[in-house]
Amino acid sequence: MDAFKSLEAIACPLPLSGIDTDQLIPARFMKRSRADGYGDYLLHDLRFDDLGQPRPDCPLNAPRWQGARILVTRRNFGSGSSREAAVYALVDYGFACVIAPSFGDIFASNAINNGLLPATVSEEDCEALLAGLEDGDCIARVDLEACEIRAANLVIPFRIDPVWRTKLLNGWDDIDLTLSHAAAIEAFQAKDSIDRPWLVPRLRKS
Amino acid sequence: MSTRAEAGPRTLFDKVFDQHVVTAREDGQCLLFIDRHLLHEGSFHAFDKLKARGARIARSDLTFGIEDHYVPTRTRDLGVIDPAIANMIRQLRDNTAAHGLRLFGLTDPAQGIVHVVGPEQGLTLPGLTIVCGDSHTATHGAFGAIAFGIGASEVAHVLMTQTLWQKKPKRMRIRVEGGLAPGVFAKDMALSIIATIGADGAAGHAIEYAGSAVRALSMEGRLTLCNLSIEAGGRCGMIAPDDTTVTYIKDRPYAPAGDDFRRGVEDWMALASDPDAAFDREVVLDAHEIAPIVTWGISPEDAAPITANAPDPDRMSDTARAAHVREALDYMGIRPGQPLTDIAVDRVFIGSCTNSRIEDLRAAAAVLAGRRARVPGLVSPGSAVVKRQAEEEGLHRIFTEAGLEWVDAGCSMCVGMNGDLVPPGERCASTTNRNFRGRQGPGSRTHLMSPAMAAAAAVTGHLTDMRPLLAGRTTGLTGEN
Ligand code: SF4
Repeated sequence: MDAFKSLEAIACPLPLSGIDTDQLIPARFMKRSRADGYGDYLLHDLRFDDLGQPRPDCPLNAPRWQGARILVTRRNFGSGSSREAAVYALVDYGFACVIAPSFGDIFASNAINNGLLPATVSEEDCEALLAGLEDGDCIARVDLEACEIRAANLVIPFRIDPVWRTKLLNGWDDIDLTLSHAAAIEAFQAKDSIDRPWLVPRLRKS
Repeated sequence: MSTRAEAGPRTLFDKVFDQHVVTAREDGQCLLFIDRHLLHEGSFHAFDKLKARGARIARSDLTFGIEDHYVPTRTRDLGVIDPAIANMIRQLRDNTAAHGLRLFGLTDPAQGIVHVVGPEQGLTLPGLTIVCGDSHTATHGAFGAIAFGIGASEVAHVLMTQTLWQKKPKRMRIRVEGGLAPGVFAKDMALSIIATIGADGAAGHAIEYAGSAVRALSMEGRLTLCNLSIEAGGRCGMIAPDDTTVTYIKDRPYAPAGDDFRRGVEDWMALASDPDAAFDREVVLDAHEIAPIVTWGISPEDAAPITANAPDPDRMSDTARAAHVREALDYMGIRPGQPLTDIAVDRVFIGSCTNSRIEDLRAAAAVLAGRRARVPGLVSPGSAVVKRQAEEEGLHRIFTEAGLEWVDAGCSMCVGMNGDLVPPGERCASTTNRNFRGRQGPGSRTHLMSPAMAAAAAVTGHLTDMRPLLAGRTTGLTGEN
């Protein structure tokens, strides 16, 4: 995974609350292999009408937000299912950071595992940022070392779990880290099999 | 049995969490051992990651596959369904076969929705850590397990290491005290909680449900309650094991037997939160005040008693909330202030891991018996086991004589991955867990409610307070006189 230190890019405002994972990627699109890319499915039913034409009122379709890599949106973003495809769709579309007042828990950990920064800001700062991006310049700078967003003449602090921050800053992959604890995992299982003789399921003979 | 990671009084969550810590880092990250890993068709991304590393599964004896998300409900023959959907099922078959995993496949007499099958087969036990690539894994917390949904990267991590890095979340207790009124169910309790605290009200928290109304619930009711923890934003929801739990587990096909069972019961009964354990947050609800609930919007927090009216965004001071309500009513095609009982429905769906167990079907059948549905509808039992039992009790005849379709077990119209869809613009009274825009199909409109309420909506053709329809009838719920 690539390290994330800072990012300067177009920031697209999406002033909706509760954008859930079913909207981020509708269930019918989840059969594709990752290698084929999920970007064209992102927010599909918000972006396209029944005939597959781009909806003009969706900010993602506006010329000024083309190439956006930062998304600014309202509370409870990514609530809902554990589908990592929701993060694949954002990342494959080009987003590297989502700014919102709150995130679905599972979505946020999926985001970290794919190098996507979920930056939590206060409701007031979020509203100010949304308004600023609508009216002014659409470039934002996100600094993960300082936990700070600069855009539209605003300087806004954001929150992220310190462990997640370290992981993103270093581009760490959990599996290698975990495998370095193989001996501890072995020892745990050896002791646990004595402590909990009832753990392993066995089908009864009927 | 457990080594105490911390001295002092501990919560149920702490006790289970501490026992699974393989190693703890200074920054608070703990490597947790995982006791059960359940896989469905969506696991193909994780198996692809495994393949890319040439890795094997660490503990195939703790890993189980279940066909549920994409399975057809009107045939068991993959040859006659959409090839892209059949391919999703075949991928799971290939992946589980390649790693020698037990698979509950389409024709297995124990097949069903993962969160119904786990408890039913005795795979779900108190004190376990249980994960699955599905957010409603919280369901299994009804047994006093730490159970939560994970994404594909985490699924791959568990397959390869049988562990996960987790930071201890905050602890929140939700107590519901007193008795539920007749015709009020666990689903109403859960939706009331979500409407009270918000769809992100429990974010960052592990929930423990307690109080006399929770204790009085059957295992089925407890599963429904814990199932909806994720809709309140909680990572997991738990209930301390008690006699109800142990009685349910005993003699299940995969449950421990003999000495192992006795030893297990001893361990499980010690898990309850210590009397003076501290919680980061506590919410208390009065069970008497809970009425039958329906949702009117596009988030589970958009819920109100069936006797209420839809909200009016013009009367709201919170601009962000007013904007959401406007969006929601517009999408749902509901007028501000419209009485909820005025809303006509186009179809009903009774099923999903929230409400497809035998008690749910009995409650729906109690309303439907001897009546005709005015709208079409689908009844999909949570598992093949539930299906057989319902048929032994004759419930299927009540459904079909009412004009509803009685089909096989699977996720079905909860998520529509198998092609069971609500058509665009149509309104469905649904016993599922998510009323998100387009959840049951593009352009679909979902109202969440209990099985008895969905049955009543079928009978009248609109959202309905089912209490008068239930008068003088028994729902067959455990503990009901
Ligand atoms: S029934 Fe619905 S919520 Fe439950 S596991 Fe299946 S898709 Fe998920």
